[in-house]
Amino acid sequence: MSRWPTDRLLLWLLRGVAAIAGAIVLLIVTFLVMEALPVLRHVGVARFFTDPSWHPTEGFYNLTPMLWGTLFAMVGSVLIATPLGILSAVFCHYYAPPVIARPYRRLIELLSGIPSVVYGFWGLVVLVPLIGAIHPPGPSLLAGIVILTIMILPTIALMADASLANVPQQYLRGAAALGLPRWATVRGVVFPAAKSGLFTGVILEAGRAIGETMAILMVCGNVVQTPHSLFDPMRTLTANIALEMAYALGDHRAALFVSGLVLMGMIAALVGAADWISRGRIYG
Amino acid sequence: MVKTLERNLDGRELFASILVWSAAALVTATFCWFLGDIIWHGLSQISWTFLTAPPRNAGREGGIGPILVSTALILGVCLAVSLPIGVGTAVLLAEFTTDASLFGRLTRRSLDVLSGVPSIVFGLFGNAVFCKMLGLGFSILSGGLTLACMVLPILIRSTEEGFRAVPAGYRLSAAALGLSRTTTLFHLLLPAAVPGLLVGLVLGVGRATAETAALIFTSGYVDRMPESLLDSGRALSIHIFDLSMNVSGGDANAYASALVLVAFLLLINGTASWLAEHWLHRRIVTI
Amino acid sequence: MTKCTTLVVLSMAGLIAASASAGAQSTTGDQLAGKLVITGASTLAPLIAEIGKRFESLHPTVRIDVQSGGSSRGVADARQGLADIGMVSRAMKEDERDLSAFPVARDGVCPILHQKNPVQALTDEQIVAIYTGKITNWKAVGGNDAPITVANKAEGRSTLEVFLHYFKLKNVDIKAQVVIGDNEQGVKTVAGNRNAIGYVSIGTAEYDATHGVPIKLLPVGGVAASTESVRTGAFPLSRPLHLATRPSPSGLAKAFIDYTQSKAVHDLIREQYFVPLAD
Repeated sequence: MSRWPTDRLLLWLLRGVAAIAGAIVLLIVTFLVMEALPVLRHVGVARFFTDPSWHPTEGFYNLTPMLWGTLFAMVGSVLIATPLGILSAVFCHYYAPPVIARPYRRLIELLSGIPSVVYGFWGLVVLVPLIGAIHPPGPSLLAGIVILTIMILPTIALMADASLANVPQQYLRGAAALGLPRWATVRGVVFPAAKSGLFTGVILEAGRAIGETMAILMVCGNVVQTPHSLFDPMRTLTANIALEMAYALGDHRAALFVSGLVLMGMIAALVGAADWISRGRIYG
Repeated sequence: MVKTLERNLDGRELFASILVWSAAALVTATFCWFLGDIIWHGLSQISWTFLTAPPRNAGREGGIGPILVSTALILGVCLAVSLPIGVGTAVLLAEFTTDASLFGRLTRRSLDVLSGVPSIVFGLFGNAVFCKMLGLGFSILSGGLTLACMVLPILIRSTEEGFRAVPAGYRLSAAALGLSRTTTLFHLLLPAAVPGLLVGLVLGVGRATAETAALIFTSGYVDRMPESLLDSGRALSIHIFDLSMNVSGGDANAYASALVLVAFLLLINGTASWLAEHWLHRRIVTI
Repeated sequence: MTKCTTLVVLSMAGLIAASASAGAQSTTGDQLAGKLVITGASTLAPLIAEIGKRFESLHPTVRIDVQSGGSSRGVADARQGLADIGMVSRAMKEDERDLSAFPVARDGVCPILHQKNPVQALTDEQIVAIYTGKITNWKAVGGNDAPITVANKAEGRSTLEVFLHYFKLKNVDIKAQVVIGDNEQGVKTVAGNRNAIGYVSIGTAEYDATHGVPIKLLPVGGVAASTESVRTGAFPLSRPLHLATRPSPSGLAKAFIDYTQSKAVHDLIREQYFVPLAD
């Protein structure tokens, strides 16, 4: 242990602060459980996956189609946004002349702050009619994936940008000394060196994709059905909560909190899987 | 054989170049299409009166003055609360815990889960805890505190990455010189980790300004000029939402407000970058 | 480090000064002063906020805070005392008799089509058939050969309940391709799709149609849809908009409710395209 009393004080201060940060999630889960308890008690957990449909006012509480909706939207958008984001960061650092790289980076920083309603509004007014012209009805899984991709791209791009910036100069000079061309350096030297940052970026963007509410509400059609094609309208769990919370009472309201718990379960599963994949290999 | 190798490598390099440039072009084109739409529809409404006058006729006329003030206050509260907690936690995770420690792994995982919580759940949570339990009611303070919870994971994770990037040599040299860990942290590591902190800040501010669902239930809908942090104040994102989805005929002002938001973000991001470059980062000389 | 400390100290001082100047929180007996918190339906929120602003200009020591959150939130908050008044954009339900409800205005609900859709009117049976999925192509009702995109409202919304009640449908029977939340979302969905049909508040639809949005309002039961026909009572699909409080409100709440029901605010009600109650 350190000789200096300031160090010990600092350590305890930091531990306290970290405990606060870590406790927030527990508080949220407790809150969700408390609100969801009434309906879990008289309806039971199984019915949330086996009822014929989602019509809470008639007593039907099946969440599965919306679960699929959330999953498809997230996977689709992460699959598209991750390569685009990482390539954007590579572009900024290794391919673009500085006069292009700086405004490009500014552009992406800007886009991370635009409210989801603005994206949703643009999606509703521009994107949805465009998709509708190709294949009715327009509001669809595809619209959701496109909007989500645009929204999470800045997260992965900026995190990737920061982790590429952190790659030590000696690595790059060493690669140059070995005569490696640009892409080979990027693929063989930079990516492995930056992998912890890239991984964090993917997790943050996946989290954002699962949690997005407003924009999805406006462009996905909100029909409770399991989407069988990209052009099918669907509803995500988050849009469900936003749409119905304002007007729900009693059991209906508690059922919405159950869907909140299911979402937390999905995220916890995602994080757990990421932890298992990365154990030792990313941070080690 | 060397020639074939070179040609293959050139081919791969060319392909990679094309891929990277097209990715950048696609991204730029989409964003320009999107931003262009906002600028096209919103520019005509912007004027000094628009920026300072209060809204009239449910927001269809008048301006967004009080709303800008509320937004700035909410952001201020959010940053004032999340920066100390965020940087502190990041420092703990990066400097004082080993990768194998249970506390470190649990905290990191719980932050990852926190980053995925939907904004509407934050809104309901904030409403129950800050507005009802702590008795703050619909207020800027509740809104700022809720946003701080949302922004924490992003801030902490990227600041932690910033600290990880600082070479071990710095810490070892400091120890060799007999500096306490506190001194090392404040004078050496923090300035060196600023790029990571900056990314976290930019992403965090972005997420906070972009938030709608969380603020409807916490800082509220009132569009009057706030007189204290305990007053309810409408944030810009909620104003845009109301104008575009709830008030008929509010589209024009919705676009204009979106444009003002974009300019506001440019200002904040630019200032943060400048501050990082000229103030903190320059205090140490990197070789 | 001193620059940093000064900045931190200054901003802390600023924040503390700002929070120290809190507004007055008390409600005194005769003189109107204090704060009213009103929560509830987002349809009513812009109207009540405007009325609130006018009331504040008449009584400068009063603050009227309007929040949205939906009709159920209005009812729940009024019951628990978390809000002084709740805004409810529908008729009161059986189990809400414990609250006093004060009607403020009326609003109609009508189907809307895209302006370029050749269909001019639909009978009640046709609308029911379209919404239950029995008719799926416009040519069956005299329009183009194109599939119908049906837009329904989300569960619990008052416009949905008015619609279901009039057409004697249950929500489980409706087969929709799009489910919308707020009225403007419905308008924009139909405006962006030539083959869509939806239903929204007449106030919203009329405003948008007269301001260039490419939609048209369909008559119901032969009666043209307009705020005028809702005013005369001729239009069959309408809903009352209420302010609800705990039984017998007094003081500031009562004064405000009386003001809202008075003739002085009829122009504001018309400005938001709702219908003031009959004189």
